[in-house]
Amino acid sequence: MKKTGAQIIVECLKKEGVDTLFNYPGGAILPIFDELSNAPIHQILVRHEQAAVHAADGYARASGKIGVVLVTSGPGATNTVTGIATAFMDSIPVVILTGQVPTLLIGNDAFQEADIIGITRPCTKHNYLARDVEDLAQILKEAFYVARSGRPGPVLIDLPKDTLINPTEFKYPEKVFIRGYQPTYEGHPGQIQRAVKLIMKSKRPILYVGGGIISSNASKELTLFAERLGIPVTMTLMGLGSFPGNHPFSLGMLGMHGTYRANMAVMESDLLIAIGSRFDDRVTGKIEAFAPQAKIIHIDIDPTSISKNVRVDLPIVGDCKRILSKMLSLLEEEDIHSFKEGLNKWHHQIEKLKVVHNMNYEQKDIIKPQYVVEKIYELTKGDAIISTEVGQNQMWAAQYYQFIKPRTLLTSGGLGTMGYGFPAAIGAQVAFPNKLVIDIAGDGSFQMNSQELATAVQYQLPIKVAILNNRYLGMIRQWQEFFYGKRYASSSLEGVQPDFVKLAEAYGAIGLRVDKPEEVVPTLKKAFSISKPVIIDFMVDPEENVYPMVPAGEPLNQMRLV
Amino acid sequence: MRHVITLLVENEFGVLARVAGLFSGRGFNIESLCVAETLDPMVSTMTIVTRGDDQIIEQVLKQLNKLVSVIKVMDLIEKDFVEREMVLVKVSANSETREEILRVVDIFRGKVIDVGSKTYTIEVTGDEKKINAILALLKPLGIKELVRTGHVAMVRGSKASTEPGA
Repeated sequence: MKKTGAQIIVECLKKEGVDTLFNYPGGAILPIFDELSNAPIHQILVRHEQAAVHAADGYARASGKIGVVLVTSGPGATNTVTGIATAFMDSIPVVILTGQVPTLLIGNDAFQEADIIGITRPCTKHNYLARDVEDLAQILKEAFYVARSGRPGPVLIDLPKDTLINPTEFKYPEKVFIRGYQPTYEGHPGQIQRAVKLIMKSKRPILYVGGGIISSNASKELTLFAERLGIPVTMTLMGLGSFPGNHPFSLGMLGMHGTYRANMAVMESDLLIAIGSRFDDRVTGKIEAFAPQAKIIHIDIDPTSISKNVRVDLPIVGDCKRILSKMLSLLEEEDIHSFKEGLNKWHHQIEKLKVVHNMNYEQKDIIKPQYVVEKIYELTKGDAIISTEVGQNQMWAAQYYQFIKPRTLLTSGGLGTMGYGFPAAIGAQVAFPNKLVIDIAGDGSFQMNSQELATAVQYQLPIKVAILNNRYLGMIRQWQEFFYGKRYASSSLEGVQPDFVKLAEAYGAIGLRVDKPEEVVPTLKKAFSISKPVIIDFMVDPEENVYPMVPAGEPLNQMRLV
Repeated sequence: MRHVITLLVENEFGVLARVAGLFSGRGFNIESLCVAETLDPMVSTMTIVTRGDDQIIEQVLKQLNKLVSVIKVMDLIEKDFVEREMVLVKVSANSETREEILRVVDIFRGKVIDVGSKTYTIEVTGDEKKINAILALLKPLGIKELVRTGHVAMVRGSKASTEPGA
């Protein structure tokens, strides 16, 4: 029996095990919505297409599955672009299905036409224009494969309306073979052996790990490896949770707002073992001065990440999990005992670095944002899923919440997208209805996607939004204070903000306001006990800064501590 | 340093835009680019001439390889190869210069493919050096228009450099 394109798409989604769609309808895409009305797929209607992609991205990060988005042509498609670029920069598997005007109208400036293939070419891992219904099943199969394999990323499929209506025989391909796309998973055995030898010769090694550990599900292997050899671990923002933040070997995050001990340890290290991390400028600071004494081993699934920003002494292309497993088995033949003894001095050196209290604040009569984050951690014991917005809130969340398990931090690390956290929390809560999901937000960022309160209320998603409300675009204000002579152009929101409590109530959510430090814990407890979306408006110190800070372009050891 | 890169790509919608977009988006430069179908109509060859230091060229090659529609990438600079470019040149020709132009064309084994009352249109094929040399000689005689195809290149010897898997 023949099926229409729309029916084929729904069948393909079922074959791929898709049970949730983040969507927003429109004229060009209606044939699929029509088919979905009786399909066993949970549909989450967002209130803006950008949020659909962030939600699918949050769903993917939290669950490890592919997030799927369905939107219409023209503005529906263009609204997804920031979400797609966010997922692309952080290597998150998302499949985006966009409607398109009928093939005959493409190029005619038709109503709600946009060249979304052209627009998203540089911010997708790959994209497809499905011009013929005959190709549809193959394209969907490939799209899901490309999104999840290798270095994961977003894949977009543009669906002209006639493709959705035309009928053909449906046959879902069993296998995918793309001759131009064959990711390397197994690391080169010789290189792995050489890496182990290099590690065994080092005296001051450090593991510098990133989001690649999380996307390859290699946390267990990483922890085993670090423990077996006694090597300290520092994580990038994207890597938080890949290694327990409360582990004695954890140095915390490195980089611009990294810990004193992590940054200093990198500068003093003689061997940097980079795994699933990419030497981002926010991590390295001044690149010429980065880890000056260290040889560098770089393990990454993406060959383009290697030697892009720094020279690498020993590259290994492949999957972090498989390579770590191989290295673990090679350790059997090494004299680990004397290696570990050789590290005693290094550990002693790092202990001394820990004495510098860089993460300190004084909780007096105004609520400190750091205090709120610390209390969220203490109350949840690190067992919640935390999303963040971008700016000071993001950095305080990274610094004061100890991420213990992978996939518990959802944050826009690469693109730095304000407005990401709340819709991402929606996606995570959809994936895990019974988990506590908290968006640590700023008052500026939250307003970039606050319309999604309607979505959270509609689907009874009990997300908690902790707004660290300093009435400023805080990170902007901080940069203006440090580098622009305290000229606070366009960064103050004092007196021009909505009442977040009333905003929550207007949507049918719960709003709570906290302005005294002693109310922080009781209010958090109260919020966590409510099975509805709750916004907690914490009126925090407006002029608090994020420390330590390495000014952009400075070496990592040039930290402002206060 | 100058590099000649040969790509085998899927002969499909948008592939040129993917390659060109990669160069512009990442700030790599393209000196010339040629693209056309191979014997297999599903596959096209692109020949790209670019410049950059070793680190940039390494990134160019890796980034090209990363494109899903790119089947194979080869930097010919690492190999012994032949390259050709064709140019069409319209040169002013009067009674004083006609002889000289014909002599130059003959020396460079070019062809006059069109004659006007005041011009010759010349076709010349060769590598970069040869093309530059003839242009240097024709320039003082008065070049009115010049169109270059960009370079195509191939590895020397019996092995086919453009076979997928070669």
